[in-house]
Amino acid sequence: MDPERRGDLEEFRASTRAWLEAHCPSAMRTPARSADDDVWGGRAPVFPNEDARVWLERMAAKGWTAPTWPREYGGAGLSRDEARVLDEEQRRLGCRMALKSFGVWMLGPVLLEYGTEEQKRTFLPPTARGEIRWCQGYSEPSAGSDLASLQTRAVLDGDSYVVDGQKVWTSHADKADWMFCLVRTDAAAPKHEGISFLLIDMRSPGVSARPIRLISGASPFCEAFFDGVRVPASQLVGTLNGGWKVAKALLEHERALISKMRDAAFGEDEPLESVAKRYLGTDDGVLADALLRDRIAQAGMDSLCNSLTLRRSAETMRAGRPPGHETSMFKLYGTELNKRRFELLVEIEGYRGVGAEGSDVSAEELASTRAWLRSRANSIEGGSSEIQLNIIARRVLGLPE
Amino acid sequence: MSAGNTPVSLVLTEDQESIRRVARDYVQRSMPTTHLRALRDADDALGYAPACWSELAGLGVAGMVFPESVGGVGLGFAELGVVLEECGRTLAPTPIVSTVVLAGGAIALGGSEAQRQQWLPGVCAGERVLALAHDEGTRHARYRVATRAEPVAGGFRITGEKTFVLDGHGAEALVVVARVDGAVGDRTGLALFVVPASSPGVAVTRTPTVDSRNVARVRFDGVVVGVDAALGAPGDAADVLDRVLDRGAIALGAEMLGGALEAFERTVAYLKTRKQFGVPIGSFQALKHRAAQLFCEVELSRSVVLAALRAIDAGGPDVPVLAAAAKARTSDTFVRVAAEAIQMHGGIGVTDELDIGLFYKRAKVAAMTLGDGAHHRDRFARLHGY
Ligand SMILES: Cc1cc2nc3c(=O)[nH]c(=O)nc-3n(C[C@H](O)[C@H](O)[C@H](O)COP(=O)(O)OP(=O)(O)OC[C@H]3O[C@@H](n4cnc5c(N)ncnc54)[C@H](O)[C@@H]3O)c2cc1C
Repeated sequence: MDPERRGDLEEFRASTRAWLEAHCPSAMRTPARSADDDVWGGRAPVFPNEDARVWLERMAAKGWTAPTWPREYGGAGLSRDEARVLDEEQRRLGCRMALKSFGVWMLGPVLLEYGTEEQKRTFLPPTARGEIRWCQGYSEPSAGSDLASLQTRAVLDGDSYVVDGQKVWTSHADKADWMFCLVRTDAAAPKHEGISFLLIDMRSPGVSARPIRLISGASPFCEAFFDGVRVPASQLVGTLNGGWKVAKALLEHERALISKMRDAAFGEDEPLESVAKRYLGTDDGVLADALLRDRIAQAGMDSLCNSLTLRRSAETMRAGRPPGHETSMFKLYGTELNKRRFELLVEIEGYRGVGAEGSDVSAEELASTRAWLRSRANSIEGGSSEIQLNIIARRVLGLPE
Repeated sequence: MSAGNTPVSLVLTEDQESIRRVARDYVQRSMPTTHLRALRDADDALGYAPACWSELAGLGVAGMVFPESVGGVGLGFAELGVVLEECGRTLAPTPIVSTVVLAGGAIALGGSEAQRQQWLPGVCAGERVLALAHDEGTRHARYRVATRAEPVAGGFRITGEKTFVLDGHGAEALVVVARVDGAVGDRTGLALFVVPASSPGVAVTRTPTVDSRNVARVRFDGVVVGVDAALGAPGDAADVLDRVLDRGAIALGAEMLGGALEAFERTVAYLKTRKQFGVPIGSFQALKHRAAQLFCEVELSRSVVLAALRAIDAGGPDVPVLAAAAKARTSDTFVRVAAEAIQMHGGIGVTDELDIGLFYKRAKVAAMTLGDGAHHRDRFARLHGY
C-alpha cells in the first residue's frame, strides 16, 4: 500500500475509533450472552434492550451496517481496507454486531451485481437499516449437496410467477419477512439452466413455515412450504433461467462468511486451555492430562495457522495478486477445526460436558453441550466438507472429473 | 488465540520474489535431486558440495542474515527462508542451518564483538563451516545437557558426548552447549563455547543418516578452552540457546515447506497423468479428497512459516510460539505429504529410482531434527502456560 493511502487509513481508523467510543452504548460493548442478544431486525424487530435498538439506529444512519455498499443504497461506500479497519475497531472495543442479516451478508452483494436499479432501490436501503429480515430458500428435501436438482416450481402466469414446492433448512423462515429463493422455471432444460432466483414476500398467501428440532435441541431452521404462491415477475433477480449464476455468487459470499465467523468465534470464546486448567488441574504448571494437553496444543496451533492463512489470503488480495486458494479451503478447515474444538471442550468437561436439562450441570456446561452437538452441522451446512474437497480438487488442483 | 502479534505482511515483496527467482534458478540448475544422489552414491564424507556452498555464498546466501559490519548482506530471515524453501524443493544439502542459523546465530546473538569479528566474516564468505553441538539423547531435548564444563585455570575443561550434530563432520569449529551448573534438564547453568574441531580431546565420528546427509557424534574428552571461548557469561546461555533453537526450528520449517510443496506438486502431476481402469487416477474421489486435504495442510504450513520468519526479523515476542507452531506443523505436514505421495504413486513410489522416497526420508529426518511435532506441541503448551 502506498504511504498516502496508509496515512488516510490511519486517519480513518482514528475517526472511526472516536465515533465508536462516543456512539456505541456501553451495554453494547459487553459480550453477547446468548443468541437471544442477537439483533436480526425485520418488520417486527426484537431487541434485547433499548441500547440495542439505539445502536442499530446509529450504525444504520452511518451506513455502517453495510459499510461497503454505495451510499445511495444504504451503505457507507467504504473501501475494503476501510471496512476492515471498521471491523477491527469494533472488535477492539468489543462492540456487539449491531445487525445480523442474511440480507446484508449474502443477498446484498448479489443484488448489487445482478439486481435491477428498481430492485436495488426497493430492497437494499431497508435491508441495511435492518427493516427487512431475509431467509435463504435454497435446499430442498431431495436437493442438498446436489442443489441444482431442486424442484420447487415457478410458472409464469400473467405478470406473476406461481410457486409450488418445499424448501428445507431455511434459517429463520418462521421469522423472516422475505426469502431469496431458487425455483425451477424450466423443467425440460439441463438442471443448471432451468433455475431462477426469486424474491418472495413471506406474507404472501400460500407460504408457511415449520421449525426443525436438531440433536442440539430447538433450532432456527425451518421447513418452508409454497402452495400456489403468487410472486410479481418484477421480483426475479437476473435473467429468467439464469438464476444458477446468481445462486453460486451468493454461495461464495456465504462460504466466506462462515469461515470468517468461525475465525472470529475463536477469539471470543474462553481458550480451551484455560477451561482445561479448571477441570483437569495442573501438575507443576502443566495440565494434568498429558494426552488432552497434546490435543489442545494441536488445536491451538491449527487455529493459529488457520487465522494466519486467512490473514495471508486477505493480504494477497489487497496486494492485488490473485489469491492462491479458494474460500472452500477456509470453509472446510474452519468448520472441521470448530468441530474438533467442541469435541475437546466436552471431553475436557467430562461427565459434566454430557449432561442434559434437569441435571445438576451449570448453564455454561449445558451451553457447551449444545454447541458441541450443533457444531456437527458446521461441516454439512453451506456445502459439506466433501463438497469443498471436490471443489478444491477440481478448481485449485485441476484434477480431472 | 490471536494470530500472532507481528503485524507484518505475509505476502512476499517484489525483492523477496526476485531472491526466490535467483535461488530457484541456481538450485534447480546446480543442485537438483540428482546432486544429492551423486553425493550419496559417492558416499561423500561431507554430505554437501563445498563448491556449491561457495557459489551460494557468492549469491549472498551465507551472509544474508548478518549485518554488513561482519561482512553480511543485512537482509533477514524472510529472505533466507525463501532460499531455504527453494533448497527444500530439490533436497539440496547445504550448511545453511548448521553454520548460518545455529552456530553462526549463537555467535551473532551471544558473542562479543571480537568473537563476531573472529568468526562471522568467514561464515558470510562461505569459507567457514561451523556446527552446534547440542543434543545428547536419541530425541531432541532443549535442556537435557549433561556435558560439563568445569572451571580450570584460565578457562574450562569440557567433557561429554553430543549426538546428531548437523554438519559436525567437517565443521571447522563447534559451538558446544555445556553445563557449568545445575542438573540435567535445568534451564539454568548452561554455557556456550566455541571449540575448534582440531582441539586436543575432540573426537568427531561421522554418522550418516537415512536422508543421505551427515550428522556427527562428537566426544569432548576433557577439552580445555580459554575463557575467551565462552559466548556470553557461562551459566546464563539459555536465553541465547532458546533464540538460536527457535530460529533453527523456523529455518528448518522453511526448508521442509519447500520439500512438502515439491512432493505435493509432483504427486498432483502424477495423479493427472497416470492412468488405470482407462482413466487418470486423479479422477478417483478417494485420491482427490486426500490431495485436497494435503493442499490445505500445506497452505497452513506456508502461512505459519512466513509469519515465523517475519517475526524473527521484527524481533517480536511471538517468535517462540510461532517457532513451535511452525516446526510442529511443517514436521507433521511434510511427513504426511511425503507418505501420501508414496501411497498415491503406488509401487513406483517405493523404488529408489523415483525421487519421492528421498522426500519421505528427508521429511522424517528433518522432522526429528530440532524437535518433532510432539516436542513442539509440548513447548507450545508450556509457552502458553499449560
Ligand atoms: C444446521 C443446518 C443449517 C442449514 N442452513 C441452510 C440454509 O440456511 N439454507 C439452505 O438453503 N440450506 C441450509 N442447509 C442445508 C445444507 O446446505 C445441506 O444440508 C447440505 O448441502 C447437504 O445436503 P444434504 O443434507 O441433503 O446431504 P446430502 O447431499 O444428501 O449428503 C449426504 C452425504 O453425502 C455426501 N455427498 C453428497 N454429494 C457428494 C459428492 N458429490 N461427493 C462426495 N460426497 C458427497 C455429503 O458430503 C454428505 O456426507 C442447512 C443444513 C444444516 C444441517
